[in-house]
Amino acid sequence: MAGEPKIRLDHVSKIYQGAEGPAVAELTLDIDPGEILVLVGPSGCGKSTTLRLINRMIEPTSGRIYLDGDDVTDVNPDQLRRRIGYVIQQIGLFPHQTIAENVATVPKMLRWDRKRISTRVDELLELVGLDPRVYRDRYPKELSGGQAQRVGVARALGADPSIMLMDEPFGAIDPITRESLQNEFLRLQEELRKTIVFVTHDIDEAIKMGDRIAILGEQSVVHQADTPERILAYPVDDFVRSFIGAGTAMKGLAFERVGDLDLAPFDEGRNGDGKPVGTITADATLFEALEEMLRTADGKTVVVDESGRPAGVVELSHLSDALRTAQDEARRHYDELGAAS
Amino acid sequence: MSEAVTPLTARWRHGRKHSVSTVAMPTGAQLWHRYSLVLAPAFIAGLGLVLWYYYNSLGVGTIAQIQVSSALDWETKLKPQLIQHLTIAAWSTLLVILVAVPLGVLLTRGGPRRIAPAVLAVANSGQALPAYGLLIIFLAAMGQGGRTVVVALVVYAILPVLRNTMVGLDGVDRSMLEAGRGMGMTRMQTLLRIELPLAVPVIVAGIRTAMVLNIGMATLAFLIGGGGLGITISSGLKLNQDAVLLVGAITVALVALTFDWFGALAERFLHPRGL
Repeated sequence: MAGEPKIRLDHVSKIYQGAEGPAVAELTLDIDPGEILVLVGPSGCGKSTTLRLINRMIEPTSGRIYLDGDDVTDVNPDQLRRRIGYVIQQIGLFPHQTIAENVATVPKMLRWDRKRISTRVDELLELVGLDPRVYRDRYPKELSGGQAQRVGVARALGADPSIMLMDEPFGAIDPITRESLQNEFLRLQEELRKTIVFVTHDIDEAIKMGDRIAILGEQSVVHQADTPERILAYPVDDFVRSFIGAGTAMKGLAFERVGDLDLAPFDEGRNGDGKPVGTITADATLFEALEEMLRTADGKTVVVDESGRPAGVVELSHLSDALRTAQDEARRHYDELGAAS
Repeated sequence: MSEAVTPLTARWRHGRKHSVSTVAMPTGAQLWHRYSLVLAPAFIAGLGLVLWYYYNSLGVGTIAQIQVSSALDWETKLKPQLIQHLTIAAWSTLLVILVAVPLGVLLTRGGPRRIAPAVLAVANSGQALPAYGLLIIFLAAMGQGGRTVVVALVVYAILPVLRNTMVGLDGVDRSMLEAGRGMGMTRMQTLLRIELPLAVPVIVAGIRTAMVLNIGMATLAFLIGGGGLGITISSGLKLNQDAVLLVGAITVALVALTFDWFGALAERFLHPRGL
């Protein structure tokens, strides 16, 4: 990986007194600037503990933590945390403070002047899709769960930290709202390019949110840390395979676009034989193409351009090729890694 | 107003219920809560008026018996007794707050939390002991006078404030502290900006209870030479004069009701917005 990692955990362990084994054992992990790294694993594997080691809500028993190359293992934890956004599942808005006061928490601690704080609050509320004129002076109890977590995210972004730690931020929100929050958050991240460590137990959320996913087992042992595509195409061991579950190869199809394929030509005579043929656009994923094929019980799907004219055809063989290519690429990648070490 | 003697836990739950469901239509309890702020002073004024007419009808210093006139004389008896009474109640309540609130804060922090049950047990015994016995114990230890009364009352009334402070602080949702600490608030900042403001309704309820207890208990101050309106009540009993007894008792009741109402006002206006 090129350049200096934004966050580096170097042989970090956490041993609770009286516990049998370490909660986190000798964890070494690099997180690159601007990426979303998702820590995912079964309950009790220590993923939240790992997250909380980064802002030292939990003090490591041994090992070092670096941010931007600086060792922060021994700096003042309160000062450290003001540089790191922190979002938790329970949100934890302060009910006796208005939305504006909540969002201003960190800037106020950093003693920004009032005008700057006020501008910043409006900016952040706009950013998370809440109209400041409506929501500034409301109290948390007047918000829905989804709105409250938007405020939670805005508050974490208060002093524009370059790092965000998110502990199952959308875990307590109903599926439909969660979906839209995830999408909005990804759109936001396009703009903000924060370095984000995101904890979830939901592999589908991990696949959706992560630039990289680290699959953690007992004691936060990293079984596999890689892009979602590679993990889906090539789970390195049984633990990962069973954790990501069935149908994983198919999930991988969601990462490739129809437009990137070498499409078969559209042939009026062969393809236009009156059978109900599904059409999709070039920006659809291969997963959507597959869905369309299944829906129409046809081994192919016509790709149409913006004006609705057929531009080519996706065939079943495209999909199996794509799966095989992804698998081969991942295997080659791991072979190279194995050879290098 | 019966609220003064509502058990602490019930009072606390009542406060919570009130705070949680403010969006919905007010329930019966909330309506009562709202009107009690207006009804109580009306009742107090009415009782005061009755007392006033009754007192005037006695003809203190003119047609009343010499014993009654002497016991109920405003300038030499009732007024100084009232002042003594209020002074004792005020000092003991103030000291209870100064001792119990910081102690409650301390006992909900890290290490000292372990000894909290022991401290609560001691505070509990203060209230479990018969008030009369408590006064006598302190009389033996500190001698006669108002100072002894104040110290005894502090011991007697510390429990509600201590316990409510601890319950109030412990009742603050852990996730808020987690979020606050996670944003870089110091322990002191989470205490001052989150925990205490959110615990205020419960703490004030405890203070109100202690204050009313102290006003009632100050009636016994005369037993160890502390003065107060207890003198008049006791004279009424000794002289077998119902008029004296009634004036003394109703005056104490009026004082207690009035200050309980002040407590209710404080609870209302110190309640954090947004809850």
